[in-house]
Amino acid sequence: MSASQLWEVFVRSGSGLAHKHVGSLHAADATMALQNARDVYTRRHEGASLWVVRATDIVASQPEDAGSLFAAADGKPYRDPTHYVVPDGVKHL
Amino acid sequence: MSDTTDLATYAMRLGDNALVLGQRLATWTGHGPSLEEDLASTNVALDLIGHARLWLAYAAQCEGRGRDADALAFTRDARAFTNVLLVERPNGDYAQTIVRQFFFDAWHLLVLRALCASRDARIAAIAEKAALEVTYHVKRSGDWMIRLGDGTDESHARMRVAIDDAWPYTAELFAMDAVDDAMVARGIGCDLAALHAPWRTYVETVLTDATLAFPTDGVMHGGGRAGVHTESFSYLLAEMQSVARSVPAERW
Repeated sequence: MSASQLWEVFVRSGSGLAHKHVGSLHAADATMALQNARDVYTRRHEGASLWVVRATDIVASQPEDAGSLFAAADGKPYRDPTHYVVPDGVKHL
Repeated sequence: MSDTTDLATYAMRLGDNALVLGQRLATWTGHGPSLEEDLASTNVALDLIGHARLWLAYAAQCEGRGRDADALAFTRDARAFTNVLLVERPNGDYAQTIVRQFFFDAWHLLVLRALCASRDARIAAIAEKAALEVTYHVKRSGDWMIRLGDGTDESHARMRVAIDDAWPYTAELFAMDAVDDAMVARGIGCDLAALHAPWRTYVETVLTDATLAFPTDGVMHGGGRAGVHTESFSYLLAEMQSVARSVPAERW
């Protein structure tokens, strides 16, 4: 398939869960990408819903921007829930 | 023939079609045109072999001769196989594989949908399970018909050759014999002849989308269901059965 493009595949494994990136594949268009995603990534009951996105449509942060984007979170422990006391009896938090 | 003999034959035909096409497709595994297509066609092969297990297990139960699905698949000789000739056609190039698949899938889905209403509960249950999977098969092979037919000059030319090659083997899909008549009369089987018109209509729709001409009927081949197979079938069978025949008692 000379005209094939790279697609990123997201699978939602159950109701109430978020779509999760599982990998990528090659396909000529959206229809083929969805069918290929079904065949490559959901053969063992992994999926309840599929998303495919052209890899070129994903806007990614650049490694050289990591400092300005993420360093600001350093040294601010008050943003973490570490100091929050979980009340007794709360099982799912 | 007794009632159960007809039923066994009927289930065996459905099983043999699925088994032989599954085996043909499975030989593409590792040789597909792309990784994605390789996995996809192997999935279809596995679906078909899954159907074959169910049909042949039922056939074995109905015939009551102490054989199981494996014995039917791996110890019968070519003359005892009842699949239509279309499914044993060699893989050829990808156009030939896809055309064979599409002609069969379109027929298969019509048959299975009709069999969902079978008065035989087991046949109806297997048909219902298989129809879900075959709905996907026909969508997939139909998409490839259009992609390759309406693709490049090269793919279009190859599709024309593939259609002309496969067409003479399509009439057998709709031929009724005594077993079919008996099964229809008992409300168990489906009227294959009645499926011919809807099949042609559907095939014509897809061929039109694929910019491919509808073929003209010429000499049509048959005999597979009576056990008279083409030469390449013996090689398929030899490969499929060699392990089971060389170590008959082995389990894995």
